[in-house]
Amino acid sequence: MAEPTDRAFGFHTRAIHAGARPEPVTGARAIPIFQTTSYVFEDSEAAAAYFNLQEYGNTYSRIMNPTVAAFEERIANLEGGVGAVGFASGLAAQTAAMFTLLEPGDHVVASSALYGGTVTQLKHLLRKLSVELTFVDPDKLAAWRDALRPSTKLLFGETIGNPAGNVLDIEAIAAIAHHHGAPLMVDNTFATPYLCRPFEWGADIVVHSATKFIGGHGTSIGGVVVDKGTFDWSNGRYPIVADASPAYHGLKFHENFGIYGYLMKLRAETLRDLGAAMAPLNAFLFMQGLETLPLRMQAHVANANAVARFLAKDARVERVRYAGLDDSPYRALRDKYLPRGAGSVFSFDVAGGRDAGIAFIAALSLISHLANVGDAKSLVIHPASTTHRQLSDAELAAAGIGPGTIRLSIGIEDADDLIWDLQRGLDAIGRRR
Amino acid sequence: MNIAQYQDPRVIQRIVNTARTVAVVGLSSNPLRPSHFVGFYLLRHGYRVVPVNPREREVLGQRSVERLDQIDGPVDVVDVFREPSVVPQLAEDAIAIGAKALWLQFGVISEVAAERAAAAGLDVVMDRCIKIEHARYVGRMHWLGFNTGVVSARRNVPR
Repeated sequence: MAEPTDRAFGFHTRAIHAGARPEPVTGARAIPIFQTTSYVFEDSEAAAAYFNLQEYGNTYSRIMNPTVAAFEERIANLEGGVGAVGFASGLAAQTAAMFTLLEPGDHVVASSALYGGTVTQLKHLLRKLSVELTFVDPDKLAAWRDALRPSTKLLFGETIGNPAGNVLDIEAIAAIAHHHGAPLMVDNTFATPYLCRPFEWGADIVVHSATKFIGGHGTSIGGVVVDKGTFDWSNGRYPIVADASPAYHGLKFHENFGIYGYLMKLRAETLRDLGAAMAPLNAFLFMQGLETLPLRMQAHVANANAVARFLAKDARVERVRYAGLDDSPYRALRDKYLPRGAGSVFSFDVAGGRDAGIAFIAALSLISHLANVGDAKSLVIHPASTTHRQLSDAELAAAGIGPGTIRLSIGIEDADDLIWDLQRGLDAIGRRR
Repeated sequence: MNIAQYQDPRVIQRIVNTARTVAVVGLSSNPLRPSHFVGFYLLRHGYRVVPVNPREREVLGQRSVERLDQIDGPVDVVDVFREPSVVPQLAEDAIAIGAKALWLQFGVISEVAAERAAAAGLDVVMDRCIKIEHARYVGRMHWLGFNTGVVSARRNVPR
């Protein structure tokens, strides 16, 4: 019987099935971990066709791998993109996504409220490549507009800023980008496609650190680039994507592969050359993570709401910056872009500054002190002395980080237990003072 | 025009699963042209490919004809890589030779041609690539991380 193809399956179903039909040869129901570097060619004609991109075929696991491909298809499906390319880390994914469309002399406009590693990457790596950069206050639309130059080729922001919890006005910023003939790239790591799908609001490229909620259990490092497939790379501003590529014997990626052109170039050239491929085992773990993504995100959001409300009521807490709170300045944007919740990574400031922050963290015994987010386990860190320590005071302030700022990534334990631990942290500040 | 009516997955699968002969209008002998990629792929996957291009004598080892009515034998799909202005006439020619489907590649948009062919009973696909659609439903597109949209618990050996 022919397979029905007109069913629009729901998010939960696709989180479990997309990208992973049963393995055709053995019938294995779980996606096998194809732990192989390379693939035997049927014959030399097939080999040539694969390398010429005339046929979809496996050649070498630095460029493609069936387990990684299953993960790529699944996340592309959940985000509503035409495809995806996996990478060894979120930063590798971001680097590659930018490499594929930027040239020396180009200019990027980025939100100033970003993960510290991204700020450093944009500021220093792009400069080495002779790409110029302007950081803007993501909440001020005029600032995005004013920063544009004829050479601006990319706008970049995070759905939920790290760690200040800004909610990006994706639809408005995408309109600014498109009016300028440039794509908007959004890091959707903190929201995941369960809470927000930036493509539905006009974003053109989505990047993820899969390390976080996608994997969901703090086991594996990985990243992924997803393309919506609708940006017109042949608008005259992106010869690096549209023109004949000297790195692929004169192939014109956009003309030849249409809506898949950017991704083909990202894979066949940028991933090939940068070499930061996702490991098959990690892809397997990310796929397992995605199967429970909807359930975990519901639990993360419920716990984060409970914890944020608890903290907001305590006198020793100066402010809680969680877009899920009703008095958040981002409430309207949250209601628009994140109706299912504002995620579970947010920050708060303890009274007493840096020393109080350190005392608070030292007293915790259930919440892990480490540099990661998006784990089933609750996590805590003091950004000014860790993740964002390469930033100057001015940059810290622009990213919304004070000396007493503490970042939480709320997991899926019992909320009462998390509140018990946080209470002990706050009491430790009280004793000190 | 609602272009989605010419991108129906059921129609697309019927075409790629049942067609034998594909006339590729505008098939180029330049190996970097999209038409050449598609012709190469279709031949590789067992279709009979007939180049329709007055500027070529032979493409991919197949003798080229100038017009659709010069093709010997039945034609299942007329696959078009030409500017939209000439497509209405190609639709008439496709109807005249009894083709079962008119397939217009990426960017080949012609509402007039599509309506005419559909009214004559042909399956019509527009702004889609026959190579990519074959790879999506029959082939190996998922090996490169593309979103095929397929959700199925059945075993299926890609070709």
